[in-house]
Amino acid sequence: MTTAENPVIPEKRNSPLKLLRESKVAQGLLLISPANLYLFILMILPLLLVTGLSFLSRGTYGQVEFKFNLTNYTRLIDPLYAKVLVYTLYVGVATTVLCILIGYPLAYFIARAPARQRSLLLFLILLPFWTNFIIRIYAWILILREGGILDTILQFLHLTKTSLNILYTPTAVMIGMVYEFLPFMVLPLYTSLEKVENSLLEAAADLGAPPWKAFLRVTLPLSLPGMVAGTILTFIPALGMFVVPDLMGGAKTILIGNVIRNQFLTARDWPFGAAASMVLLILTLVFTLYYTRKAGFSEDLLI
Amino acid sequence: MKTFRLISTMFLLALILSACAGSSTATQPASKVMNLYGWSDYVPTQLLSDFTAATGIQVNYDTYSSNEEMLAKLQAGASGYDLVIPSDYTVGIMIKQNMLEPLDMSKVPNFANLDPRFIGRDYDPKNQYSIPYQWGTTALAYDSTKVPFIPKSWADLWDPRFKGHLDVLDDEREMIGITLQMLGYDKNSTDPTQLTQAETKLIALLPNILKFNSDNPENELISGEAWAAVVYNGNASLAYQSDPKIVYICPTEGCGIWFDTLAIPKGAPHKDAALAFLNFMLDPKESVLITEEFPYSSPNAAALTYLKSSNPNLYAAYMAFPGTNPPDVFLAAAKPIIDVGTATTLYDKIWTEIKSH
Amino acid sequence: MSEKKPALWLRLYSLLAYAFIYVPILILVIFSFNSQKLNIHWQGFTLAWYSTLFHDGQVLLAARNTLMIAGIATLVSTIIGTMAALALQRYHFFGYAASETLMYIPIIIPEVVMGISLLVFFVLVKVSLGLVTITLSHIAFDIPFVALVVRARLNGYDNSIDEAAMDLGANELTTFWRVTLPTIMPGVLSGAMLALTLSLDDYVITYFTAGPGSTTLPLRVFSMVRFTVTPEINALSTLWVLIVFVILAIGQIARNRQA
Repeated sequence: MTTAENPVIPEKRNSPLKLLRESKVAQGLLLISPANLYLFILMILPLLLVTGLSFLSRGTYGQVEFKFNLTNYTRLIDPLYAKVLVYTLYVGVATTVLCILIGYPLAYFIARAPARQRSLLLFLILLPFWTNFIIRIYAWILILREGGILDTILQFLHLTKTSLNILYTPTAVMIGMVYEFLPFMVLPLYTSLEKVENSLLEAAADLGAPPWKAFLRVTLPLSLPGMVAGTILTFIPALGMFVVPDLMGGAKTILIGNVIRNQFLTARDWPFGAAASMVLLILTLVFTLYYTRKAGFSEDLLI
Repeated sequence: MKTFRLISTMFLLALILSACAGSSTATQPASKVMNLYGWSDYVPTQLLSDFTAATGIQVNYDTYSSNEEMLAKLQAGASGYDLVIPSDYTVGIMIKQNMLEPLDMSKVPNFANLDPRFIGRDYDPKNQYSIPYQWGTTALAYDSTKVPFIPKSWADLWDPRFKGHLDVLDDEREMIGITLQMLGYDKNSTDPTQLTQAETKLIALLPNILKFNSDNPENELISGEAWAAVVYNGNASLAYQSDPKIVYICPTEGCGIWFDTLAIPKGAPHKDAALAFLNFMLDPKESVLITEEFPYSSPNAAALTYLKSSNPNLYAAYMAFPGTNPPDVFLAAAKPIIDVGTATTLYDKIWTEIKSH
Repeated sequence: MSEKKPALWLRLYSLLAYAFIYVPILILVIFSFNSQKLNIHWQGFTLAWYSTLFHDGQVLLAARNTLMIAGIATLVSTIIGTMAALALQRYHFFGYAASETLMYIPIIIPEVVMGISLLVFFVLVKVSLGLVTITLSHIAFDIPFVALVVRARLNGYDNSIDEAAMDLGANELTTFWRVTLPTIMPGVLSGAMLALTLSLDDYVITYFTAGPGSTTLPLRVFSMVRFTVTPEINALSTLWVLIVFVILAIGQIARNRQA
């Protein structure tokens, strides 16, 4: 490893610093410990509270009573909640797939841009999201509603005669969801694509591969980690997102995020809400761990 | 990297600049502060500054976006707020969960200014814990030029001619309540059979519904997307101000009635300041500021008398519009939402079923 | 990546994509000059809302708080998140699976649950709610976002350059600082930007962990929906975007000149 010319204070034998430098396990532990410590205190302890809450009962006026029971979990075994979950998954998958399709070329474009421009192009993608969420959605409502900006322009250009009636339909919800989640797909994709070396593509070309084949066999596989990260950062938050379906879909559908929120706010049945959250948490966790392993996310570990 | 550094420097600059422009609430001594917790801009700024000028007490104004959120936060243990603005229904729940401080009425002599019709209501029979702030009705607003016929009852909403042109409240209690009334039952029924019937009926209304909107249904009325809407009176007023062809009526089965109140949460650190504020805002000269700014109804009889002379035009408009001044026949038929205890979870399940249809 | 000009279709597509992203922003900016308070129809041009904004102490205070919280949360979470990404992507250690799982929890947990449980937690340990609790909570949900993006960057990282550096005499720290970090910088920067974006707009978690006197912009704006979100908020967003845009433009010009 190191040579005699290394200008470091000479170490005592078996000093902690030496141990650190030689043990990969120690280095790994050191690096992960701030995150672990921080998240343990701020996430695990509250999470234990929620787990405990899921076994308690709702009082007559919505207070929490310390009566242990399992009914919160058994109540979840109702086709109604399965229906809601399935619909939520559908929205999540649709959003993620659309984000990949729409975001990939964009990420590719930025990654291929001259090095000086890349940060700017990335910032430009994010800049709109530093405005307020509510007024961004209200702007979309102004555009998409009956007689709104889109209708006005299309009718002015004589492209349509009547309103497209997009707002308060699933189409509008999809537009809103993709709009809100696009950066979460583009940024991770970009970080992966940016790594694809020019030399690899040139080598492929030299070996006789047409550009589309080079893309499929070289670029695409190398961008997979970015796609995995982007999928997780899009799909999972999309599962919990209900504001866009409420505002742009007319609040005509109910998603799992609404159900859980309702338990804590309108139904004031915190134990039931806690149970629903635990189930959602476990299902999502299982999916995420399986998916990242399968996609080879943790493949290269220095031992 | 350089861009990053540049941006962070500019952000810091912006921070410093806005720090100069921002308010200086941090420097007040503790006893001269009152922490108000309510909807954004629901208390006129003029009223707050008048209060500070009169008493020297600075008001911190924090915000929530719904009764339920406020309730959840206080129930989870948050403290430090001196005054909250719960609706009648929430006051009932908070009283039952022992979350409010009893009011020392000797410190609130201006309580006498209130209209006797609006005190001593079921949710707080002796006004031990709350003082009405604004009140209103929940009824039907429609665009008289767009509706296929003049609706007179809740049942009229189910007419197929309304397809895709109705706004309704995104509120399970109000909507299920309306359906129960339309079926001839009690608005706050806990009978599972009646509730199941209401569920079926409400599912049948879905094709007519353009949007569930509790926040700003006046937008759809004004833009013409909705021909009729289940609305709170305030939203109807806003719609009417933009478009005088919007009519507000109380359906034959009975409209809803609601009160927003001021109450002191248990453990409030500045109770005296809160009581002083309660008394202050009941003064007619200050109370009119509320009526001038918001399109709701005032429970302060003395303030309305004052308004007659201070702003006759507004007074006339207030009295003429059923949204702000409902006729007695409306009021007689008005029914409030009452907490249904354990049946709340049943209502929630029904609402979930309706929306997942 | 290649310095060749990308294909025409790609450039056109990207232009369209940016247009898609910016059209609502354009509408938002235009409507900041709308004289109608309800802001649903264009009624007339006015600058009044900008004046209202400058006199609105509450909103300006909220804006300042939002910036401070987002700035600190981004900084701290980027550092912790990058370290965590390095650990998870390159090292094998005792408790690896648990650590990885722990890292996903803030992404997975529903916001209202996270908000309420953090509130209960802070109340139990008797930490008074305020800007500090908000910032601590923001860091918690920002860390996994940063970590995931940096991990994507680290995936397939060619260790030979690290090894080469060390063979040439650099110690671990120098190698990290002069070799690894610059190579993963696009990932770190992307992660930081995502964290900043998340923090600036957070409502639910901020709502539950805020205390009296500690308000943020999302808290104020979400609360306005009961009545009306006046064009004042459009004015604020317009100014915000304008300021950042100008900074970016300056930075880009500076870089172009440098080259």
